[in-house]
Amino acid sequence: MKLFELAETLEATFICGENRENVGFDKVGASDLMSDILSALSEDGILLTGLATVQVVNTAVIAGVRAIVFVRNKKPNPGVIEMAREHEMPMLTTPYSMFVSCGRLYATGLTGLNGAR
Amino acid sequence: MPALKKCFHIKGRDFIHAGKASISVQNMLKQLNVAPSLIRRIAVCGYEGEMNAVMHGGDAVFSVEINTDRIVLEISDEGPGIADIDKAKEKGFSTAADEFREMGFGAGMGLPNMENNSDQMIIESEPGKGTVVRMFFETCETSGSQDG
Ligand SMILES: Nc1ncnc2c1ncn2[C@@H]1O[C@H](COP(=O)(O)OP(=O)(O)O)[C@@H](O)[C@H]1O
Ligand SMILES: [Mg+2]
Repeated sequence: MKLFELAETLEATFICGENRENVGFDKVGASDLMSDILSALSEDGILLTGLATVQVVNTAVIAGVRAIVFVRNKKPNPGVIEMAREHEMPMLTTPYSMFVSCGRLYATGLTGLNGAR
Repeated sequence: MPALKKCFHIKGRDFIHAGKASISVQNMLKQLNVAPSLIRRIAVCGYEGEMNAVMHGGDAVFSVEINTDRIVLEISDEGPGIADIDKAKEKGFSTAADEFREMGFGAGMGLPNMENNSDQMIIESEPGKGTVVRMFFETCETSGSQDG
């Protein structure tokens, strides 16, 4: 799946990194626990989270994820958005809850970070 | 070949800058064409260690030493120290305050992640003095495990 398709599926809007809308991925991790993301096989996956802190961006960069999606319309503050821009980390925000976001993405055939369905 | 060494100074409780040292090391290793899987393991260990110093430790020196056969990360803080190191390394053990849990940390998985992602981790700590965490990575083989 490509980022622009994910945006359609989740009715999400880009906060930054719209120029990378053609980046592809095939697995997704959803967590508010940074160590979960760091310990999983999260490189080249997408991170879905309800946490909009500076640590989420750092964790995404360290873990090598392709984009961050914030659920429930969450949006980090301008300083954090600026940091994500510097690291070329696309960020999107969706009105849907974590549960519904995961369900919509799962229904398209995407897998968890370890490939499980 | 002489080792390449770089040090970063970390301030305790400085959550704005926490992570910068690990991301710098990640970029440095990319430039040196180190294998991506090894870079990821080192970055994860560095970041968990950096966050531990900032949250639980105090002012710290974060250093990376790059040799042809191995890479060493050392995070040395002047914090309260760890009384029971074996206990601290247990999965799920955490003394983190709610303040840290709100940032997505404090699940007690940092030290286990560091141990899993390094070839060897050695912790030296003295209560009241501080903690030194050293992690070793062999550059030739890709050992070190990851949980799915
Ligand atoms: N540098 C440190 N200084 C003092 N205590 C530490 C340090 N690093 C870890 N600890 C202790 O070990 C515990 C477990 O650490 P960790 O596995 O990273 O989990 P977490 O950071 O989520 O609490 C911490 O809660 C803390 O009590
Ligand atoms: Mg920790």
